[in-house]
Amino acid sequence: MPWMNPLARIRDAWRGQRARDKELRNLVSNLPYEGLDKHKQPNRHFPGNGIKTTKYSILFFLPMNLFEQFHRLANLYFVGLAILNFVPMVQAFEPEVALIPICVILALTALKDAWEDFGRYQSDKELNGLPCFVYSRKKKCYVEKRWKDVRVGDFVKVESNDTVPADLLLLFTSDPNGVCHIETANLDGETNLKQRRAVPGACVTDPEFEPESFTGVVICEKPNINLNHFKCYIEKVDKEKLGAGISNLLLRGCTVRNTGYAIGFVVYAGHETKSMLNNNGPRYKRSRLERRLNVDVIFCILLLVLMCIIGSLGHYLWLESMPGVPLYLVPHGDGHLDTPSLASFYMFFSMIILLQVLIPISLYVSIELVKIGQIFFITNDLDLYDEDTDSRVQCKALNITEDLGQIQFIFSDKTGTLTENKMVFRRCSIMGIEYPHKENAVRLSVLNKRDEDEDVLFSQTPSTKQPWSLDSEEPPEKKSERTSKSKAHSDVAFSSPLETEVIPDQKLLRQLGGTDRTDAYLDFFLALAICNTVVVSMATGKRRRSSVFLQRRQSTPLDTFSSLMKKLGSWTCLRIRSTPDTSPSAQELSGDLTGGQTRHLHVPPRGTTPAVPTDELCYEAESPDEAVLVHTAKAYGFVLLSRTPDSVTVRLPSGAQLRYEVLDTLTFDSTRKRMSVLVRHPISKQCILYTKGADYAIMELLETPHGGKLQTDIASDTQQHLDCYAKDGLRTLCITKKVLSDREYENWAVKRHQALTAMDDREQLIMDSAVTIETDLCLLGATGVEDRLQDNVPDTIMSLREAGIRVWVLTGDKTETAVNIGYACRLLEPDDLLINMSCQNKITCTSTLNCALEEVRRFADDPRNVDTTPDISLVIDGRTLTMVTSPDLRERFVDLAKRCRSVLCCRVTPLQKSHVVKFIREKLKVMTLAVGDGANDVNMIQAADIGVGVCGQEGMQAVMASDFAISRFKHLKKLLLVHGHWCYSRLANMVIYFFYKNAANVNLLFWFQFFCGFTANAMIDHWLMIFFNLIFTSVPPVMFGIMDKDVSAEMLLGLPELYRTGQGKGEYTFFTFWMSMLDAFYQSLVAFFVPYYTYRGSNIDIFSFGTPLNTISLFTILLHLSIEIKAWTFVHVIVIVGSVLLYFGVTLAYGFMYLNYSGFWTLQTQMADPMFYLVCLIATVIALLPRYLFHVLKNSIAPSPIVQARHLDTLEPSARDQWMKEWRSFRGGVQDKTPDESVPPSPSLESLNDDSIMDDEFTLNVITESRHRPGSL
Amino acid sequence: MNKKEKPEAENRPDNTAFTQQRLPAWQPMLSAGIVIPLFLIIGLIFIGIGVALFVTSRDLQVLEMDYTGMEQNSPCFSCSDPDQKNCKCTLDFNLDKLFEGPVFFYYALTNYFQNQRSYGVSKDDYQLSGDLDNFKDPDSTCSPYRYDSNNNPIVPCGSLANSMFNDTFKLYQLVAGTKKEVPLDGKGIAWWTDYNIKYRNPSVTPLKNAFNGTVKPLFWPRPAYELDPTDPANNGFINQDFLVWMRRAALPNFRKLYRRITEGDYSTGLPEGNYSLEISYNYPVLNFDGRKKVVFTNVSWMGGKNEFLGIAYLVIGSLCIVMSVVMLIVYAKFKFPEED
Repeated sequence: MPWMNPLARIRDAWRGQRARDKELRNLVSNLPYEGLDKHKQPNRHFPGNGIKTTKYSILFFLPMNLFEQFHRLANLYFVGLAILNFVPMVQAFEPEVALIPICVILALTALKDAWEDFGRYQSDKELNGLPCFVYSRKKKCYVEKRWKDVRVGDFVKVESNDTVPADLLLLFTSDPNGVCHIETANLDGETNLKQRRAVPGACVTDPEFEPESFTGVVICEKPNINLNHFKCYIEKVDKEKLGAGISNLLLRGCTVRNTGYAIGFVVYAGHETKSMLNNNGPRYKRSRLERRLNVDVIFCILLLVLMCIIGSLGHYLWLESMPGVPLYLVPHGDGHLDTPSLASFYMFFSMIILLQVLIPISLYVSIELVKIGQIFFITNDLDLYDEDTDSRVQCKALNITEDLGQIQFIFSDKTGTLTENKMVFRRCSIMGIEYPHKENAVRLSVLNKRDEDEDVLFSQTPSTKQPWSLDSEEPPEKKSERTSKSKAHSDVAFSSPLETEVIPDQKLLRQLGGTDRTDAYLDFFLALAICNTVVVSMATGKRRRSSVFLQRRQSTPLDTFSSLMKKLGSWTCLRIRSTPDTSPSAQELSGDLTGGQTRHLHVPPRGTTPAVPTDELCYEAESPDEAVLVHTAKAYGFVLLSRTPDSVTVRLPSGAQLRYEVLDTLTFDSTRKRMSVLVRHPISKQCILYTKGADYAIMELLETPHGGKLQTDIASDTQQHLDCYAKDGLRTLCITKKVLSDREYENWAVKRHQALTAMDDREQLIMDSAVTIETDLCLLGATGVEDRLQDNVPDTIMSLREAGIRVWVLTGDKTETAVNIGYACRLLEPDDLLINMSCQNKITCTSTLNCALEEVRRFADDPRNVDTTPDISLVIDGRTLTMVTSPDLRERFVDLAKRCRSVLCCRVTPLQKSHVVKFIREKLKVMTLAVGDGANDVNMIQAADIGVGVCGQEGMQAVMASDFAISRFKHLKKLLLVHGHWCYSRLANMVIYFFYKNAANVNLLFWFQFFCGFTANAMIDHWLMIFFNLIFTSVPPVMFGIMDKDVSAEMLLGLPELYRTGQGKGEYTFFTFWMSMLDAFYQSLVAFFVPYYTYRGSNIDIFSFGTPLNTISLFTILLHLSIEIKAWTFVHVIVIVGSVLLYFGVTLAYGFMYLNYSGFWTLQTQMADPMFYLVCLIATVIALLPRYLFHVLKNSIAPSPIVQARHLDTLEPSARDQWMKEWRSFRGGVQDKTPDESVPPSPSLESLNDDSIMDDEFTLNVITESRHRPGSL
Repeated sequence: MNKKEKPEAENRPDNTAFTQQRLPAWQPMLSAGIVIPLFLIIGLIFIGIGVALFVTSRDLQVLEMDYTGMEQNSPCFSCSDPDQKNCKCTLDFNLDKLFEGPVFFYYALTNYFQNQRSYGVSKDDYQLSGDLDNFKDPDSTCSPYRYDSNNNPIVPCGSLANSMFNDTFKLYQLVAGTKKEVPLDGKGIAWWTDYNIKYRNPSVTPLKNAFNGTVKPLFWPRPAYELDPTDPANNGFINQDFLVWMRRAALPNFRKLYRRITEGDYSTGLPEGNYSLEISYNYPVLNFDGRKKVVFTNVSWMGGKNEFLGIAYLVIGSLCIVMSVVMLIVYAKFKFPEED
């Protein structure tokens, strides 16, 4: 390195800092500067691509780790105490001994940290050492370099199936259209391919890309964490600006697929890449119990101070009362004695040291251990394991397991959470005519039946497809093959047979094939095929996924820590998706099926030599809705063959292939609620805009009825159908078309281009430009897609409700759809008082709210409803929700919400979801849980006390943001009712016990102060005192916290009401804490004064006196725990007996070491004395008698539900079920109307169906079937 | 549930009783019905123990006499003046029945805080185990009883040793006007382990030489190697009285074993009659408001006389019996319906 003036260096460093902080960065190619000194490099200020995620370096590990640890207040307190030990004036023990506990705890934590950091170091090393190809000017080719050597300004070539090393601005790909397919599974878990395109015209690309020809300046924004936004433009030498966005960016960590190679310009490297910025460590949440615990720690500190003040005051009085200077008072070295006041001042600190254990030093460590154990059991639960995806429940937040037992409100997403998020095409309406697709319904009902009958093997039901493939030529063996392979489908997004197979409606087919078909029908299906972002990939080329990024994630501290436990099974979802793809054959198969079907149904035959066999087409959609529509179009012969950013190729039923030029794609956003594709017709050269979207987002944009009366009729008919679909619980989409004149298009295109290259406010401008063109649409038709409920959802919701949890469902769907699903999943009951709030403006909203409140109050006050709490349900839409949460209506809404058993919020945006959660959480001060599966639930998941992600169809964003990840909604039941209850009750009891234990032990020392002149002396050897907490009594509470079981899982599931014990304040309250502290005082008094009165005035020496005290204390503490233990397994017995044996063993062994040990041979001597046993026996009995009596009397006279449930637990299974039923009808009847199997619920659906808009008998079977599902209760 | 063959189910949790939290467990129910027999049994056992303790304790005899000399009429009144040196006083007492042997003879101090913190650590364990290095340089814990004003090391150092009780007693039975000395046995009054293991004299003969260059504790009348002029083996750190003193009392009111009366005519106990206790009164107690006593007592398997434990057992035992009756009532009234 050449010498450089230090001043220049400082200046350079300062400039670098400024360059990094600037809002816009100017980046140029490194190539002209290749080989020059570092300080001449233009991009030297930006970090390289090497990453370092380790917290420590070897050299500075100790000081840095200690510094880190001392940030924890508790550690600081204990270190402060340890230092206090070394102040000669207050020295109570040997200072070295006092250091042991804190050292042990610091060392344990440091060891853990070091281990985690080493894991990070290794994965960093592995990542940094990965090879990649960087262009070199000297060698005129791409040379292999390691990832860490890549710098901003380099040109990197990424080949197919390779991982992108840094954030690259895509300049060139081997694809003639400049497209690069990427898979972002490593980033967000989404397995569908996404398209990225090279910045057009950025550089000379003929015939081969020449990096050296790139002379422009890349101007991009400062790095940010938003994975879906990127703003940048390239300013060429001739000052032409080329806009680039996220669609031109290859993110570090993505994998290039189906593309020969891609060449990109490094814009962000290393820690500035979006994936690294998003890679923040594990979430750290503080549970409610822990917050409460900290308050109690403060109480303990106050108590400690009080005790120390008493001690120092006592010492003062003791010294004052002395007439002279007795021989036992030891003066200082120079022979003088401190004045009583000074001595008592010092004594205050000595007392702190003596009684410090009152603040439980090992509590925090023990809680961590307990939570690891609890998480081990949660993740190992077979009932929470999903066979289909081979995934367990994942606990991402280590420290809030007990919050699971205190949930009062659940906010649930609907799609993908309550439902499968597997879309099934059910109905469509074209030009105002309804096509019910009966055959499809038949097929679905059969599939439903198969699902219900879980015990029947797939391959044993060859009739599954019988009703709809009777004339299929498919050989029978293929059927079983299909079923066995159907599992493999889960690897490809949204391609389960349910979604891919659509049986065309005969009437519609006739219509299509007939001579009287209109262009609208063609347009409708073309729109279905074109208007989407589905990527077509050939089912060739197996995907290989690099495992590096998986390891990277696994090495987050959280996971490293938890992987201490064998098979903890986190990141299962990721691992699933990383298994090699085995789907091609399955796809082929399903393609065959569809092909076969269409042939038999006399669809016009395909072209003689199709360029691409349909069998190998594989659709990769971002949402299941899109996939199902494309498949539907395919079923009718409109096959989407390929899609590039510039074109879409569709094969028509006639066999003709049309290649549409795509002029623009207006992507979906949650504000517009629609998406459009602007294409140019290959023959007519017309500009056509196909738009699809939510009906309310489309209907108001329809062209004004100058087009004749027909359009309005169609619109109203379609609207009627849509309402009908919604009432059936179907998801609806409207499909429209608009023809633009070339002039219109050109005008718009200019504005669009401006918006795309704008640096400021780009999103807004782009959206505005989309809105301007999406007007005067011409309605083609609508589709109804069904999203089936997941298994056991009604049962789960019923149980949660019985458990006293209010369930709110927040959905973006229409009110009708949502209400219907609400009934189907038993969120709403037919005899509920249903309040529907949907207001256009504030005034009506206010009055509606007042009316509703009035109604609810009257309902509650109605004498007829005295013995039945009214079940009030509220349905509210997003707009109204915003109004009622405004400051002036807020209180009234809270009042209403408090009285509602369930609430259904429709048409809410992701942001509103999180607002609702925050609002309820803050206003009602309740414990909330949010569960969702998609990116739109992330806000909500993060806003709630506990976020639960469902590993579903919509990628991993929700799971990434969540604290717990489950694979099915039904798992929530056991997770909350059983594990939540257990975790909470275990931890609450453990924490209370911990406080008690330390207080009971320390108080012995305190009472002794009254007999030793308050000189902070102990009657127990210091080592034994330390061992007492560190060894003899530390394991039992941890074991208790991990393994105790107050009620069996069967009872908790059978009687969800038991969950209520943990809600609200739960078992760990002010009262229980102080009761146990009082008990600790009482027990320590007994443990002290029984031996005191026994040995009073005798010749007993100090340590012989301390031995029975310590022994009594040990027995009291352990037997106290034994009273609290609800279920004894051999582990409990081993631990408790082991602790006693350890105590005697260690103390006896210690008694052999004579020098320096003041308690030499003490226990041996005591154990030879019968009095020792007699004292210990009676003191232990007296100490525990009140608690024992309290428990016995309480359990007998006023047994808690838990105790009653435990009673039931001991009965015979048959008798138990009988009692459980009686219990539920007796207790549950008050709060919740227990559903009776014999009385089928009368959903509003059936009555709605009488409108006979649709006269088919299969409409309802899915919903009603799911209600009658056996074993759902 | 798992009928389908799933070879790829690598994440499937183990189906063991432990991981599924299904370990066989015993779930004791703390309810009235179950604890009735328990209370009954505990009650009966406790009453049994209580009776045994109470009876044993009642049969024990204790004679306790204060000789501090605070009162005008006390024979040791004159000695209680701190200025008096080598004062002797005599305490006469009368036994109206046989004091059954073996009789233990204790001295007792009140308000004496041997359990005080700085006092307790003020000694040098290595010195007391005969380490000659620590003779020359006692441990700093002994300060200020480490070196005397001439910087000579004090052996045994420390406040604990320095404050050793130094009153001595002689017991006479008055038989027909003559004083008959009661033989007092000073052997084996300390802990066996203290005498044999913990405390050791340096292996220097004569013992006196080991103490060359050291000074006796300031308060002591004689150096450690002359503690017992009657028995050369009972000197140094293994002197029985020294050992007894060094074992610190747990509570401020304590007694320490002085001698046992086991020999000669008195092996069966002290016969009835008049006795005279000759006290050489040295130890100052007035500066801490203390009292000095002598205690004669006989012992049983349960040690000295102690009413407390027996009564406690009886009370708790009876309480348990009462409780079992209460529980019976509770059980009859509140039993679970299914508990039949």
